[in-house]
Amino acid sequence: MPRLSYRKALNRALADELARDEEVFLLGEDIQVAASAVTAGLLKRFGPERVRDTPLSEQAFTSFATGAALVGARPVVEFQIPALLFLVFEQIVNHAHKFPLMTGGQCAVPVTYLVPGSGSRTGWAGQHSDHPYSLFAHAGVTTVVPATPADAYGLLVSAIRCDDPVVVFAPAAATELRADVSDPVPVPLGRGRVHRSGDDVTVVAVGHLVHDALAVADELAGEVSVEVFDPRTLYPFDWDGLLGSVARTGRLVVVDDSNRSCGIAGEIIATVVEQVRLHAPPRRVTRPDGAVLPFAPALDRAVQPGRELLRHAIAHVSKDG
Amino acid sequence: MSGADPIRLYRTVRLIRRFEERAIELVRSGHIVGGIHPYLGQEGIAAGVCAALRPDDVVAGTHRGHGHVLAKGADPARMMAELCGRVTGLNRGRGGSMHAADFAAGVLGANAIVGAGGAIVTGAVWARRRRGEDLVGVSFLGDGAVNEGMLLEAFNLAALWRVPVLFVCENNGYATTMPVADAVAGSISARAEAFGIRASTVDGQDPAAVHASTAAALARMRADGGPEFLEARTYRFDAHHTFEHAVRLDYRSPAEVAQGRSRDPVQIAGSRLPAAERAAIDADVEAVLEAAVADALAAAEPDPATALEYLYASGLTARTGGG
Ligand SMILES: Cc1ncc(C[n+]2csc(CCOP(=O)(O)OP(=O)(O)O)c2C)c(N)n1
Ligand SMILES: [Mg+2]
Repeated sequence: MPRLSYRKALNRALADELARDEEVFLLGEDIQVAASAVTAGLLKRFGPERVRDTPLSEQAFTSFATGAALVGARPVVEFQIPALLFLVFEQIVNHAHKFPLMTGGQCAVPVTYLVPGSGSRTGWAGQHSDHPYSLFAHAGVTTVVPATPADAYGLLVSAIRCDDPVVVFAPAAATELRADVSDPVPVPLGRGRVHRSGDDVTVVAVGHLVHDALAVADELAGEVSVEVFDPRTLYPFDWDGLLGSVARTGRLVVVDDSNRSCGIAGEIIATVVEQVRLHAPPRRVTRPDGAVLPFAPALDRAVQPGRELLRHAIAHVSKDG
Repeated sequence: MSGADPIRLYRTVRLIRRFEERAIELVRSGHIVGGIHPYLGQEGIAAGVCAALRPDDVVAGTHRGHGHVLAKGADPARMMAELCGRVTGLNRGRGGSMHAADFAAGVLGANAIVGAGGAIVTGAVWARRRRGEDLVGVSFLGDGAVNEGMLLEAFNLAALWRVPVLFVCENNGYATTMPVADAVAGSISARAEAFGIRASTVDGQDPAAVHASTAAALARMRADGGPEFLEARTYRFDAHHTFEHAVRLDYRSPAEVAQGRSRDPVQIAGSRLPAAERAAIDADVEAVLEAAVADALAAAEPDPATALEYLYASGLTARTGGG
């Protein structure tokens, strides 16, 4: 079977949607030369009108995309750095997201915001290593964090076709992945995926952490049977899928690359305990409160949720009850 | 380009004037909650600019946006119903004063965030022109907006990408209470000129002058594509926002206000019509607004069960607040 890299999957999704729908166009910094690799070859194929390099003016080009979407276009806006989303949070949350309701349904804002390298990029330090997906879930903006090449393709395609704004986080720690994928297909937004079935504990893992969760589940195979649930879309969340899993296992751990306070892990746990009586108190493994990723690699790793803390959390919930 | 129809210009300034006065009454009576930013004194700008536009052109307004919405052709009755939060409103009662929009009339919305409209209308015009339409856009903005980085970024995009947007700065001398002289280094039109955008200045109290300047700018824009900037000098006759009717803020002297109010766009436009014609328009406007207010107050308020309607165009339904 052909090997598909995560980056190539994003690239293919963009190419397929540009080819399928004239209203799709791309905006971003250095995308014509494909500095982030995900737009490679697209300038040549689709031309500079549809693969538009922007001056460094994130707020204006984000709202330019909103304006284009208001009249029926489907822009995809690439951001070189996850922290640029802080700069345009107002434009996305206060404008793109609010327009349909505020206008009483007069419009839609189908914009896709793509961050092809979110979370820690070892060595890029404090201002390039954020993973602010929980902020968008909190705001109610559709938010996806694909873990695999197939999902990267399928979720990006669905994001572009969605009539609402969608933020796509492609974790830097996943973009080097390759997988056997012959014919990638759209993946519905809001639908999670059980990567590995298990009976004792449900581990919810977000983005690249799915692979850490799978590795830990393998290691623990003789002792604990771990089910790994990948929500894929954080908002809207696949509550039915998760509740089905937890109803069987009765135990829950969440591993999430957000800061601890108000991160998506807190929401996942709260929603589950509102509806399911667990055998043991749930646990979450996250970045610390107020995390700033320090530069030195050992420090950078120290503030990211890792396998050791995950093992510990699984052991903890397995023991109790 | 022929001159504007003086009857149309007068009717529009008169309509906006009386609309705002009726709206202020409804604020006082509690029928409009949250108050409004009255456009009183600035009517000549919306009237003059929009008289030069085609129906398919688009505008983006400001927090002081009633005039922009009305002048572009929205139904005053549906606008009044919107201010009153009724289901018959332009936005079905979901937007209110600062978000009133009428996409069918080319109004992409008033906007509560200062400086936000410029990039939006630039994107909208660009996207429609890519399909072969030859429309232009107008971004109304206040003097306060020219200090917002986002707007200056939008000037850059519109100029670089030759998007025909007319940026109309309604310079009423103040951003809330902050005088332009204390807020703007350099000059307002130099901001636009720095991006290679042709800038002109006009007396915003004279709707015919505004129309002439706009028509000249639009003719150039339709011919060669790029944006232009028009600074309309004006004066806000009333409060920044109706909250000021209760809380007096001390930033404009009575003498200054009297001087500002002495050049009234309604009088200027009205003086160009025979008295009988003017009286007929006034009577017609009264009747339109009387009906608008009556309809608005008779219309249903939205059902609380529909509070999240229109949140997602995709059909997604949000979880409720629980309990
Ligand atoms: C970005 C932003 N900052 C502050 C405010 C609060 N605010 C609303 S209107 C206003 C003054 C705007 O002045 P100007 O642009 O001159 O318009 P005018 O009110 O004079 O019509 C301010 C500060 C806002 N709505 N948006
Ligand atoms: Mg002002």
